[in-house]
Amino acid sequence: MTTPARDVVRLVEAATQVGGRTIWSGVSLSIRAGEFVAILGPNGVGKSTLLRAVLGLQPTTAGQLQVLGAPAGRRNSAIGYLPQRRNFDPSTPIRGVDLVRLGWDGDRWGLPLPGFLRGGKAKQAQQRVDEVIELVGAAGYAHRPIGQCSGGEQQRLLIAQALVRRPELLLLDEPLDSLDVTNQAGVSRLIQRVCRAENVAVLLVAHDVNPILPYLDRVLYLAHGGAVIGTPQEVITAETLSMLYDTPIDVLHDRQGGLVVVGQPDLHGQHR
Amino acid sequence: MTSHLSWNLVYDYRELLSFHFMLNAMRAGTIVAVVSGVAGYFMVLRRQAFAGHTLSVVGFPGAAGAFWLGANAAFGFYGFCVLAALIFATLPGAGRSAGRVGNQEPAVIGTVQGLALASGFLFLNLSHGFAGELNDLLFGVIIGVTDGQVIALLVSGVVCLLVLAAVARPLLFTSVDADVAAARGLHPRLLSAIYLVVLGVSVAATSQITGSLLVFALLVAPAATAVRLTARPALGVLLSVLIALAVTWLGEGIAFFSPYPIGFWVTTFAFLAFLLATGYHWAAARVRVPAAVTA
Repeated sequence: MTTPARDVVRLVEAATQVGGRTIWSGVSLSIRAGEFVAILGPNGVGKSTLLRAVLGLQPTTAGQLQVLGAPAGRRNSAIGYLPQRRNFDPSTPIRGVDLVRLGWDGDRWGLPLPGFLRGGKAKQAQQRVDEVIELVGAAGYAHRPIGQCSGGEQQRLLIAQALVRRPELLLLDEPLDSLDVTNQAGVSRLIQRVCRAENVAVLLVAHDVNPILPYLDRVLYLAHGGAVIGTPQEVITAETLSMLYDTPIDVLHDRQGGLVVVGQPDLHGQHR
Repeated sequence: MTSHLSWNLVYDYRELLSFHFMLNAMRAGTIVAVVSGVAGYFMVLRRQAFAGHTLSVVGFPGAAGAFWLGANAAFGFYGFCVLAALIFATLPGAGRSAGRVGNQEPAVIGTVQGLALASGFLFLNLSHGFAGELNDLLFGVIIGVTDGQVIALLVSGVVCLLVLAAVARPLLFTSVDADVAAARGLHPRLLSAIYLVVLGVSVAATSQITGSLLVFALLVAPAATAVRLTARPALGVLLSVLIALAVTWLGEGIAFFSPYPIGFWVTTFAFLAFLLATGYHWAAARVRVPAAVTA
């Protein structure tokens, strides 16, 4: 650590290409420890690509990208990642608790010794797995086959898997997708709680801003090759959003002073 | 090989093992069952049963080709199975679950399987092979296992098990959760390639004893039975091995006292175990649902 107040993620004029096509360019931003930031924008602007770039799985073609004080990809063991995914097939023969455990030591070679031979180390792993399952409130169904859990339950277990190694950064790709409204609110609250309690920076890709708006520190809008970042109050205005999406969008205020975005093109299925 | 079954099982068992060919059949069957039980568990987990089946079929033209050229059939089995495993590992989509939409793996593998069977038949024709050879290559020669073959089988079996033990955790991780595993620095394609080659070697070793068609019964049925009984990975591997051992010992034992071939008995018991487990799975799901509602 060279600077005292290190940014968890720092992009300076960064750009990336997929198949020779520039996905985004000139993206500058810095995410601080314990910050909850949502990445929003129309389909195909490279929201997931940005997460993959932070993991070092997608190379940047210009500018700088520093993650946890090192070039992207170097410190992935300190990053929890939840990729965009479909649900597990009901016949998948693995329990939620096994999946969380794989997050702890699934990348180690060799067989894990039975607990009574390994002593303290195995106990420590077991304790952390139980603790993180408790934290996400999944204790009731963690021992069921993962495919037999509901979408919301699977999502909580996968968040537990991403959290089990006490990461400094959490990358969540559409964790609220395919959840009903109650579960969307529950999972959003959970992410915010973890973010505060463990001082984890969270970068969350979302389709629809409304369910997470009350919990966010800042939002990053990706659109038309560029990016705008700021607090929801700064960025979520009718002018900025209409400009970014190139279509009229309204921002309403409810009685508690909360924001509601109306006319977001993705919500109506017309892209761009 | 018809012997009379008495009601004294200890006596029957002693009589069975007093024949050296039966002792070797039991030894070979035990090694094959353990390796197939472990390798098969990952095959079922990764939904690569079709690839595994094709690997076992590919051994047939390999052995038939070796027979035609006057070489040892073992070279044919190992050469073709490992080559096919390497080809499968380079297919686009390798390293991902085979069930994914858009994955071309099953189509390509199916095409390879057709060609393999046809070339095997051609090689046997070219070498003026008789129905006897065809029968042995497809359905095995469990009764004629030599001491040397048992040792060769043991060596390749131990190598396969050691490699699988070394990659077990990362292989499990990439099999159920390829994206997260890749983000953690694992290489799903590399692990898939290692696994397919191990599968190819164990299939080649096994086929020499059981023949190309019966290897599959031991590879898929015990593992498919195990995953219906438990969702714990370690217990699943253990159950898969125990079921493979049970059906092999039972099949070989009964075949000794009956006029029907070993392969038939082993396959039938494996199928029965699968049916019972499927029934249990079905019944357990029916019982669990009302319980969950009231909870």
